[in-house]
Amino acid sequence: MIEALEILTSASLWAAVLRIATPLIFGVLGALICERSGVLNLGIEGIMTMGAMVGWLTVYLGADLWTGLAMAAAAGAMMGLLHALLTVPLGLSQHVSGLGITLFASALAYYLYRLIVVVGESPPTIVPFRPLDLGPLSDLPFLGPVFFSQSAPTYVALLAVVVMGYVLARTPLGLAIRMTGENPHAVEAQGVNPIAIRIGAVMAGSALMGVGGAFLTTAAFNSFFPEMVQGRGWICIALVVFASWRPYKALLGALLFAFFDAYQLRLQTVVEGVPYQLFLMAPYVLSIVALILVARRAEVPAALMTPYRRGER
Amino acid sequence: MRLERRAHVPLGLVVAAPVAAIVAALALAAGLIAAAGVNPLTAYGEMLRGALGSRLAITEMLTRATPLILTGLAAAVAFRARLWNIGGEGQFYMGALITAWAGHSLGLPGPLGIAVLMVLGMAAGAVMLAGPAFLRLRFGVDEVVTTLLLNFIVILFVGLMIEGPLRDPLAFGWPSSVPVDGDYRLPDLVPRTRLHIGLLFAIAAAGAVWLVLARTVFGAEARAAGFNPRAASFAGISLPRTLMGVALLSGGLAGLAGAVEVMGVTASVTTTMSPGFGYAGIVVAMLAALHPAGVVAAAVFVATVFVGADAMSRATGVPSFIADVIVALSLLTMLVALLFTTYRVRQ
Repeated sequence: MIEALEILTSASLWAAVLRIATPLIFGVLGALICERSGVLNLGIEGIMTMGAMVGWLTVYLGADLWTGLAMAAAAGAMMGLLHALLTVPLGLSQHVSGLGITLFASALAYYLYRLIVVVGESPPTIVPFRPLDLGPLSDLPFLGPVFFSQSAPTYVALLAVVVMGYVLARTPLGLAIRMTGENPHAVEAQGVNPIAIRIGAVMAGSALMGVGGAFLTTAAFNSFFPEMVQGRGWICIALVVFASWRPYKALLGALLFAFFDAYQLRLQTVVEGVPYQLFLMAPYVLSIVALILVARRAEVPAALMTPYRRGER
Repeated sequence: MRLERRAHVPLGLVVAAPVAAIVAALALAAGLIAAAGVNPLTAYGEMLRGALGSRLAITEMLTRATPLILTGLAAAVAFRARLWNIGGEGQFYMGALITAWAGHSLGLPGPLGIAVLMVLGMAAGAVMLAGPAFLRLRFGVDEVVTTLLLNFIVILFVGLMIEGPLRDPLAFGWPSSVPVDGDYRLPDLVPRTRLHIGLLFAIAAAGAVWLVLARTVFGAEARAAGFNPRAASFAGISLPRTLMGVALLSGGLAGLAGAVEVMGVTASVTTTMSPGFGYAGIVVAMLAALHPAGVVAAAVFVATVFVGADAMSRATGVPSFIADVIVALSLLTMLVALLFTTYRVRQ
């Protein structure tokens, strides 16, 4: 029991929280901006898989890590464009199209990986992002390892929260995106094209999802393997609801989830006699519980999942 | 240019849509096969040969189609009522698990035991979807997320059971559950192949679902609930009751798929026994335009792609993941094709 509490004071736990939260932060921000514009993007799981593959492959083929992340973003945006074209101008079911994108993007990622990479006994590896060394800051007790020794993409993720919070709340573009998710007819009346806004938001969001996936293969691990996203995309969809579609609450949700994930991993080694699967289940169960708690109060964008057709009410 | 909803959809168009979608998907995937340095026509030829080229190949394909018919029906029933059941995979595993557990030591004669096990499998699947349906009705929790997350929870639960209480002490290597009693193995449909009479059960289920949806009050209510919930509710249909009924039927069908797969093919449960039957069921349902009769045909198509791709991969070296690409692409192309059956383009 004491040991279970002692884990809470270890710097390695809290360092792991930020690390585990990073792909979720990218993913949840991506899902959030799509939904704020009125489009549910269930392609997220596949887009993250695609991003993980493309980011890794780019580095494996000789480019540097940042180029890998950029290529993952581009691949994500392309998948997002496909989802946007099907659901926005064509107005097809966002549920079915999103699931189709997930199936397609992950299948394509596995196919291309197998086609290009020769896999021997174990999957080939790259040199991933290293923890930053910020000199004296990184040497601080506790704070050093937790806040100042993360890998660079983690800081990008935190910066992305601030940028998205600012853009959504304080800029004309953000206003247009939020309005498109609430009342696209009013946007049209303002002379802004809601279709263009939605396509743009879905592409931008999908690019973030792609980067989130790429973090897994270029920072958290150093290789790509099937099923590696493990439902992180679906978790992000749940986190957006939990966060009431707000960036800072989304960050909080991602951190909370990552905390439970990091804690259960360490708890496994301390608590005897409990099957490890129960620990692994906990984060998924908690996500469902969180949804139940917030669902009644959820401030869903009013036009979410309603296709916009010009001149139709 | 604008879209106008068709008042009546001609039968020709209903059949043409999935055919066009499949052709488009195969054409798109041809580019990827060519990228592997293989002539797409050769590859597709090998695929057809691998799935339909011999008696054994056909029985293997139909063995694969059997669970797909049932998970396809599960998705079709739910999607018709706009209940987004993405949890077919988890419901399949729960049906399979309870069948292996109960079927290991059930003291009933063969045919009766098989019937009981099928009912148990259905019940397990139904319960798995009743939960998310309840959460949606009671708390307004989106069932897409809950059913998706439950898939992960269930697979961990299956792992827990087959490494713990249900572990087969005689199994080597990867953990697997205790097997169902030999009396409850489904008889072969074709001797000396893996094809079992579960195929007939699946086809019968498609017929039964079609009857229920087309000829009963419940079927009409379910359709109305999906088409226009507000109007349905105004017409005096109880939405909670209808949706819960749909959930029980849909989850039950996916659970039945798991039960039939265990009794017909695998005998015991492993965490890798389903190559995504639940998810593929969604594609099957969409290719069938959510029609039960179409589900059987669509399941045969998807099974052909999966079984054929394995053989094609061995013959040509094209990664067998091309099967998943083709199936996913056909879902997306079908979605577009459906647009043209429900709407017409007007200048």
